[in-house]
Amino acid sequence: MVVRALRDEGVKYIYGYPGGALLHVYDAIFQQEEVQHILVRHEQAATHMADAYARATGKAGVALVTSGPGATNAVTGIATAYMDSIPMVVITGQVMSHLVGEDAFQETDMMGISRPIVKHNFSVSRPEDIPAVIKKAFHIAQTGRPGPVVVDIPKDMTTPTERFEYEYPKSVKLRSYNPISRGHSGQIKKATDLLLAAKRPVIYVGGGVIMGNASNEITELSRLLNYPVTCTLMGLGAYPGTDRQSLGMLGMHGSYEANMAMHHSDLILAVGARFDDRVTNGVDKFCPTAKIIHIDIDPASISKTIKADIPIVGPAQSVLTEMLELVASAKKQPDEAALKAWWEQIDEWRARHGGRYRTDDSELMKPQQVIEMLSKVTNGDAYVCSDVGQHQMFAAQYYKFNKPNRWINSGGLGTMGFGLPAAMGVKLNFPDADVACVTGEGSIQMNIQELSTCKQYDLPVKIINLNNQSLGMVRQWQDMNYESRHSHSYMKSLPDFIKLAESYGHVGMKVEKYEDLEAAMREAFALKDRLVFMDIYVDPFEHVYPMQVARGSMRDMWLNKTERT
Amino acid sequence: MRHIISVLLENEPGALSRVVGLFSQRNYNIESLTVAPTDDATLSRLTVTTIGDDRVIEQITKHLNKLIDVVKVVDLTEGDHIERELMMIKLKASGAARAEIKRTADIFRGQIIDVTPNTYTVQLIGASDKLDAFISALGAANIMEVVRSGVSGIARGEKTLSL
Repeated sequence: MVVRALRDEGVKYIYGYPGGALLHVYDAIFQQEEVQHILVRHEQAATHMADAYARATGKAGVALVTSGPGATNAVTGIATAYMDSIPMVVITGQVMSHLVGEDAFQETDMMGISRPIVKHNFSVSRPEDIPAVIKKAFHIAQTGRPGPVVVDIPKDMTTPTERFEYEYPKSVKLRSYNPISRGHSGQIKKATDLLLAAKRPVIYVGGGVIMGNASNEITELSRLLNYPVTCTLMGLGAYPGTDRQSLGMLGMHGSYEANMAMHHSDLILAVGARFDDRVTNGVDKFCPTAKIIHIDIDPASISKTIKADIPIVGPAQSVLTEMLELVASAKKQPDEAALKAWWEQIDEWRARHGGRYRTDDSELMKPQQVIEMLSKVTNGDAYVCSDVGQHQMFAAQYYKFNKPNRWINSGGLGTMGFGLPAAMGVKLNFPDADVACVTGEGSIQMNIQELSTCKQYDLPVKIINLNNQSLGMVRQWQDMNYESRHSHSYMKSLPDFIKLAESYGHVGMKVEKYEDLEAAMREAFALKDRLVFMDIYVDPFEHVYPMQVARGSMRDMWLNKTERT
Repeated sequence: MRHIISVLLENEPGALSRVVGLFSQRNYNIESLTVAPTDDATLSRLTVTTIGDDRVIEQITKHLNKLIDVVKVVDLTEGDHIERELMMIKLKASGAARAEIKRTADIFRGQIIDVTPNTYTVQLIGASDKLDAFISALGAANIMEVVRSGVSGIARGEKTLSL
């Protein structure tokens, strides 16, 4: 019933790892071909693969893990998806129902463990409920503000000898769950008037625009108004990164011009963004002159940390479509002179700093150079799946995303080990696309065992390992706040990644000089059917800049090691 | 400020733990909590009293509404309402104190529901502050045990919290 329900939901791939509680389900998987199972090497990777599929397509990914340790290993992946509002269905095996609560072998209270990190969870108590529960799980995961849903199934619910009538429901109705389908027209009208009256506007775009499939609408609206656009870490790609109106990312490691523009703005149009602490910096000093319009599908995101002047609860796509119509037909158009002056100011900020880094203070390659090369070699068109740390920030800053759903990273939870399984999940579903895993020697080792899965299922991703022989972001904070006492941020005895890749049957490449980088990278991407592990040695002393000064305003930034605003 | 929030939720296993979990997870405080099924057996009614400023209360109601098992939420303190709490209190009642306790209970319209030669158990129903007042009127020396139900509330007038 589980496998049939997944098939009827249209699921092509599931990612998982078998175990006692799931043996009946695995037996059912064996006896059909429509739902293909990918065997990972650690359950965390299964959840990240499902998660990345969802990030790339907007549809819920599915992970299947057994009870006890299988379920607890999946917890990090579930939390990762939860923090970034990613639709995912995680099916966890459970011990037989008469053993639940008795500390049975491989028993863990997955309902309790997962509760704070799921949108909802279900425990199946009657086998005949399985199709309806799975239907509900997908419905809840994919509608409203998306999120992961756990379905916990005791082993005796899947006993193959017991037969039940099977019917997969066509639709779901839940009396207590009715996601909003459009925004309040009066609020949208008020917001549009305020938007058109702005003199120093900024459009602040979050991941909700990508998951809400509203990139076209936000792009059209921004262009119609000629207003500057800044994207959060999760929103990158929602607006073309190479466009003149793009200010790049904002926040802790946001661009100088984005943070300055936010701070000095008189109006912020926030769409699908949640005023995260990594964006706002000190909330009491946040954008003192700005009025705020906040569009979000989740009412709880509005006025959570920063009070919205005009809150609009609704899906980004429909709200923006309404707003676009109002703007297009409005008599009053934006104040051209004010906007011209605002753009001049922004261009001046851009010219003053504008994403520059030094290359002359070290013999070694700069990590930023590697990302810029990656952007060049892949024409800004690759799926970039990142791990967590300095390399993630460099990728966010220097890879120019022109399309949504291409930048796949763990933003909210900041999960090291996310990158490689994420890249695998994307490559499996988009076999013809270039898929890069941007990582570091710290993060990659958190799920390095998946090189084996890549071999088994022929997943030729390109691993761009920015090797600085240290946990770069930790080290950067130690440099800046702990007088360079590098407590445990240095890894001794790194493996020989080339040999390691080769031992799994992949190709390894070591790059130490910038002169060799382009040729090597082109060669790696030309090897269409091989996984290439590029171990690239970069300057271990490089820091990510700009970096906001803790608890300051948005404009308070370190611009490099010695200079601050 | 103190708020009384009433919640209708699905009468299903785990539903209560989602509500309680939300409060601890988001660092909201619970002063009291009552829950029982309603006339519709598929629904439970839960009343929680909590303390917070407007921003916190707004977040609490929004997050409660987000829980899939929650059907409806209302902050009773936003309108006219009645709140009641039941208390049973066991008191040392011997010698001169015995008559005094009886008188105090009468003043508060409490009922003596259990008697031994040396104790009274008094039942008192009212708003929480009335119960507090009764406790302080008796004095700590006489009190052996206190059990309170937590607050239940209902809106005045024709407003209802139902499907």
